[in-house]
Amino acid sequence: MPSLKDLKNRIGSVKNTRKITKAMQMVAAAKLRRAQEAAVAARPYAERMNAVMTGLAASVGGSDQAPRLLAGTGDDRVHLLVVMTAERGLCGGFNSSIARLARQHAQALMARGKTVKILTVGRKGREQLRRDLSQHFVGHVDLSAVKRIGYVDAQGIARDILARFDAGGFDVATLFFNRFQSVISQIPTAQQVIPAVFEGAATSMLYDYEPSEEGILADLLPRNVATQVFTALLENGASEQGARQSAMDNATRNAGDMINRLTIQYNRSRQAAITKELIEIISGAEAL
Amino acid sequence: MAGTLQFDLVSPERRLASLAVTEVGIPGTAGDLTAMEGHEATITTLRPGLVRAVGADGVRAFAVTGGFAEITASGVSVLAESAVPVEELTGTLLDKMIDEARSLAAMALPEDRDTAEKLVHDMLALKTAAGH
Repeated sequence: MPSLKDLKNRIGSVKNTRKITKAMQMVAAAKLRRAQEAAVAARPYAERMNAVMTGLAASVGGSDQAPRLLAGTGDDRVHLLVVMTAERGLCGGFNSSIARLARQHAQALMARGKTVKILTVGRKGREQLRRDLSQHFVGHVDLSAVKRIGYVDAQGIARDILARFDAGGFDVATLFFNRFQSVISQIPTAQQVIPAVFEGAATSMLYDYEPSEEGILADLLPRNVATQVFTALLENGASEQGARQSAMDNATRNAGDMINRLTIQYNRSRQAAITKELIEIISGAEAL
Repeated sequence: MAGTLQFDLVSPERRLASLAVTEVGIPGTAGDLTAMEGHEATITTLRPGLVRAVGADGVRAFAVTGGFAEITASGVSVLAESAVPVEELTGTLLDKMIDEARSLAAMALPEDRDTAEKLVHDMLALKTAAGH
């Protein structure tokens, strides 16, 4: 049975923890709003880009001159997994869920005899994958100094990926990130970027292309990689804050429950002590 | 009075403009072009330059550094790599972009040298056009 003083200290420390988690929850909520706004603001560009690319890919994709970024290298031996996670923890299962998906993916590929290379974005994912997959690491992008994710950050990552592709470093590249659904639900997603895959039906619009279809496609494919990386980063940013908000909300509630339980225990012990003292006094008086 | 067309200018980070205009001047890679209502559906890549949207309430110009434009009979969407309204464009910002283009040109492989140097010249022309 802990002493009254111990209980009191315990309650004090849980109260402090609750204050911290509550503050973190509110900060995450504010950041989430901003991250969501950024994701929404980026949507028109990505959608238009995708629509145009889908049309282009449909008309050029079948030909022999299709660029390698679209048609692939004709091989799928070496896979590059771009694992995007957060720089910070305390956001529930956010980082683990991406790491888990990437790990499953890597193991499935290795079981089929493929070579796996991993590029990590964000410290947490790297730490989680280091134990069993560190020999596959080929690089790391550190975004801890970045306060607000901008298109330039995505361009940097895309340039890194494209440089590796041009150097023949891999055949297939896949992005791993969390797609933001709501505060309580983020969906770990694997998205292949090289060779490019396009969803949705091509619009039947017929365009004139200036300079040429192939020229435009060659110009746009690298941009498309950057756009997809940017979208993934923004989705991830919003997911991270959402996950943190709900994790901290849970933590705050748990701390509250714990404080209630400890307070009841404290009061019972205190009453027991008082009762015991009274009994001692009374029985002492009766004995006289 | 010519018919209007919908003009959208979006950068990866935000939508800069969405308005009804009568004509849009676009700095295409293969040369400048002006889109008006009923233009043939066209997709063109951009070189650094000024996108000028002429509407009922005057001309709005934006400096873009690259990207592409999708022109249809009823609208123009410019998807710019980065875009700045001309009013916010300052000499220092331009100089920074020019320096960036120069360093790219210096690094470029021989076969890309021409393209990279064209970029520098486009940037310099953009600076003149913006009046700095």
